[in-house]
This record gives sequence, C-alpha cells and structure tokens, in this order.
Amino acid sequence: MSMTITEKILAAASGKRSVRPGELINVKVDLVLGNDITAPMAIQEFEKIGVPGVFDRERVVFVPDHFVPNKDIKSAEQAKILREFARRHRLTHYFEVGRMGIEHCLLPEEGLVGPGDVVIGADSHTCTYGALGAFSTGVGSTDLAAAMALGEIWLKVPPSIKFIYYGELPPWVGGKDLILSTIGDIGVDGAAYQAMEFTGPAVAKLSMDGRFTMANMAVEAGAKNGIVPPDEITREYVQGRAKRPCQFYASDPDAEYARVYEYDVSDLEPVVAFPHLPSNVRPVSEAGHVKIDQAVIGSCTNGRMEDLRIAARVLQGRKVHPDVRLIVIPGTQKIYLQALEEGLIKIFIEAGAVVSTPTCGPCLGGYMGVLAAGERCIATTNRNFVGRMGHRESEVYLSNPAVAAASAVAGYIVGPKEVL
Amino acid sequence: MQLQGKVWKFGDNIDTDAIIPARYLNTTDPQELARHCMEDADPEFPRKVRPKDIIVAGKNFGSGSSREHAPLAIKAAGISCVIAASYARIFYRNAFNIGLPILEAPQAVSKIQEGDLLSVDLDKGLIVNLSRGEEYQATPIPPFMQEIIAAGGLINYVKRTINKK
Ligand code: SF4
Repeated sequence: MSMTITEKILAAASGKRSVRPGELINVKVDLVLGNDITAPMAIQEFEKIGVPGVFDRERVVFVPDHFVPNKDIKSAEQAKILREFARRHRLTHYFEVGRMGIEHCLLPEEGLVGPGDVVIGADSHTCTYGALGAFSTGVGSTDLAAAMALGEIWLKVPPSIKFIYYGELPPWVGGKDLILSTIGDIGVDGAAYQAMEFTGPAVAKLSMDGRFTMANMAVEAGAKNGIVPPDEITREYVQGRAKRPCQFYASDPDAEYARVYEYDVSDLEPVVAFPHLPSNVRPVSEAGHVKIDQAVIGSCTNGRMEDLRIAARVLQGRKVHPDVRLIVIPGTQKIYLQALEEGLIKIFIEAGAVVSTPTCGPCLGGYMGVLAAGERCIATTNRNFVGRMGHRESEVYLSNPAVAAASAVAGYIVGPKEVL
Repeated sequence: MQLQGKVWKFGDNIDTDAIIPARYLNTTDPQELARHCMEDADPEFPRKVRPKDIIVAGKNFGSGSSREHAPLAIKAAGISCVIAASYARIFYRNAFNIGLPILEAPQAVSKIQEGDLLSVDLDKGLIVNLSRGEEYQATPIPPFMQEIIAAGGLINYVKRTINKK
C-alpha cells in the first residue's frame, strides 16, 4: 500500500506494515523532551504513576531554556526540579546553563534526533525536527509524563497536505518567508491536526537551517507535524552527528494527500506577519511606515548560524537606529562560539546591539527584552499573539533575520535592500 | 455527567498566551494560574468568573504553545466546561489528560450569547440553552478519549497499562 513519509515512519514505529490517516496507534518513541516550563509539571505527574524510573535514561532529554539563566526565584525553583530529577534518574542528556541552548536548535546539533525518528516533546515547536525527515510533535506535560514512563504514546495518524515550492528563491528570501507566506495562505488552522509535507525544487535547495525554520512553524498553521523529505543535504548534516542509526524514508509517488498546494517562489519578496496572528502576512514593501522600538534576532525559528550570518551581512559597518534596541540571541553555545570565531558578534556589538547567552528569553515575553505598553518589536520568532512579548498593548511583527536587521538600522520596518 | 453554568463568550483563535500569559509560567500552582486566567483576552475575567461558569469560544481555541498551564488555569478558575467551534490539537489532548471537559459544537457557538444559562450533558454531548430554549448537539467524543476519561485521566490510564504488563 502506498504511504506518505509521515505514514511510513508511524507504521514502522507502531510495528505495523501500513497505517491510514485517522487510525489510532500506539507508537514507540525514540526520544522524549521537556523544558523548564513543561517538565516540572510532567515530573509531578510522573511521580503519581509510581514506576521506579524512566523507560530509558538515554532517551529522556531535559533542556532548561525558557527562563534560564534563572530570571527570578520562582523560575529558579522550577529549574531546580528539572536538575534534581535528572540527577536522581541519571539522565544522560540534561543540558545545564553554559552547555545548553534553545532546545530545538540544540537537539539536532547534538545529533540526538535524526531521519526516521519519532520524537515527542512537551513544547509545541518540537515539530522542528521534521526538517530532518523525522516525525516529531508537541504534547503537554501529562503526555510527556506518560511517555517518560512507557516509552510510547498514542497518536492518531494525521492526513498529509503536500506543499510544492517551485522556482528559485530571490536574494534575502528564505525559509521564514516560505513558511510565513504559506501560513498566510492557508490560515492559522489551515493544517489543523494534519501533516505538512514540504517538497519541491526550492525546498530541495534550502539549507538545513532554512528547513528547520520551515518545519518549526508548522504548528502555527495548526499542524501535528511538518516534514521535509531527507536528502543529501540532510545526510551531510547528520553525518558524524547522529547518535543512533538513521532511516531515510520517502513518500511513495502515488501516496494520498488531503490537499496539494503549489507555489512559484521566484518572485517572492521578504514578508512580515503583522500583529496579532502569524497568518497576517504582507510583503515587506507593503508594510507602510511602521516605527519600531525593538528588534529581536534569535529563537528556535531563526537563531541558527545562517540566520546570524545574514543579520551580520546587513549590520556590518552600520549602526542600529538610536531609537531601537537590537537584541541578538544565538540559539546554542556552539552557535555562539562559532559566531564569535567568524567575527559576527563583533559586528553586532559594534552596530550597537546587545548579544545574549542562548535562551528563549523575549520570544515568549519571559525576560531579556520584554515590551512595555504601546511598544513595537520586529522579531525573527514565530508568534505575534497579544501579549506574547510583554504588555498586552505591545505589538510583535514577525520576519526573517535580514528584515529584522534592516529594520533595526532604519528604525522602521523595511527590507534589507533599503538600507544596503 | 450533567453541568449547568453561565456563559462567557470569546472569539476565534484564542491562543494559550491569552489563556495564561507566559509571565506566569514560573509556577505550576493551579490557584495562582487561575488568578490570571484569560487575562490577555479580558483583563477583568479572573475577577468576574464564578464557579461552574462555561467558556464558549470560536474556532481554533487553545492554539499556540503546549503549556498544560492553560487548561489547568481554566479548570482552577472554576470553569466547568469549554464549548468551542474547534480546538488546536495539543490543547485538546491536554484538556482530556487533566480532566477539563471540552466539547466541540460549531453550530451551538454561533447561537449562544454571553450570559446565557446552559445545561450540558457531557456523556450525550447535548447542550441545552435554558435562556433561549434551544438545544444543540456537540461532536461525540472519540471512544478512545472516553476510555481515558473513564479511567480518570491519562495518568490513571497509564497506571492500568503498566499493571497489565
Ligand atoms: S524560542 Fe520561543 S518558540 Fe522556541 S522554544 Fe523558546 S519560547 Fe518556544
């Protein structure tokens, strides 16, 4: 029977020859993930189950990243719950401050996820790993607790939607613009409960970093998972990294899709998602004169090497506008170090930006750049909901790193060509 | 199970940041979360809401993050049940897992107004609008989810599974 890549991974993980959309299955997971917000609650629930330990101490990963280095006493207490549990259960993959990063940048970098894996994480952006050709999806704390005990989870096989991107991406247009335009087209529940399969020549040419950005925001269209067929670019990325054997699956040519969308991306320009929905997308040239108070370059969406290099290209030899605070947050310690070695950090600081240690920080309005009432921010993050980055009367605009950097220089929202 | 309560009505795409803003996620205490429930959608809500009240909302309720603090905050605020046109998937799972009754009923949502008094039969998915003398049928809860509810939430369900092994 013909299947999509998502169906093939789920069939294999549930010990079946084939699965169909809508089928309820029990799936063995390769990895489960929790962070400093979701894991404390999961640990509480886990203790109630009454099992002596987790199903496999090498496959339960905890990354404190949202409110660390601890932003206040309460966050410190939460982080401590994680740390103590990790010690007590001798988890091999607990990442302490100084060795951590934003979870969805960190796990692929560490080779903890790879093609063919099934990963569940108590964080909605767990869907990021679909970029590697894995099935990965976000769950809540109780689901995480159950999976920590059992090493399995029940799932409903999602129908798949195929997105085909033709053509060649113009300069300064990247994965962020592809995914934002797609969400703008189908809406914030346009792929609800379904799998988004990203294919076509433009995606095949996209770097791993660009693919991570795309899969990352599948949840912003309501999807259960996003997935990119693994290829040579994937192989190159996982080689020498992957801690477990990988399985490269591909959709059958006659696999069934709920819908197929086709886009020609050759004329795409950078886009911006206006408040307060990621689907509220306009080309940057039609943004109008939106003055900004802050720009944030970072997060699990756009805090990787390629993103920082792009931002640095725009900022090199330029100054951040006097009325703007630019905050740059490398996604992991390794990215931070690499950016330092490449001289990017110097460019940022000389431009007048602040560079932070890896953290989610402002992305969810935690700390390190919370907005006051009436303030506006352009951010390379993934959500612009009411109050997402601070006061409920503040505003967040989403864009790629080139637009965020250019806007920081101009003082209002513009594309990179306007400042170069 | 039979519930009765007064309606608070919200629009489409009520996200988890509106249900419980991230600035309060440094705690897991349900009572503290309840004090900020729906704050970014309606700052007055935590003061206005009364035990047994019902939230009625449009499509894609609970979109955004995976924070279980969202259904927990709603439950701890005393809300007896949520009725929405549709739910984001992680919120849907989480609500069942922590024992917050939720119903999907698109037709009901368009007719129910703020302040209406509803009577809800959860098992049958039947919603009676006592203020308007109308009845609506919700989408039946999938059998597997009913099993989880019958077991008393996911954790009890897992305990059973483990004992069987
Ligand atoms: S960077 Fe933002 S979206 Fe990503 S995991 Fe952290 S808070 Fe969530």
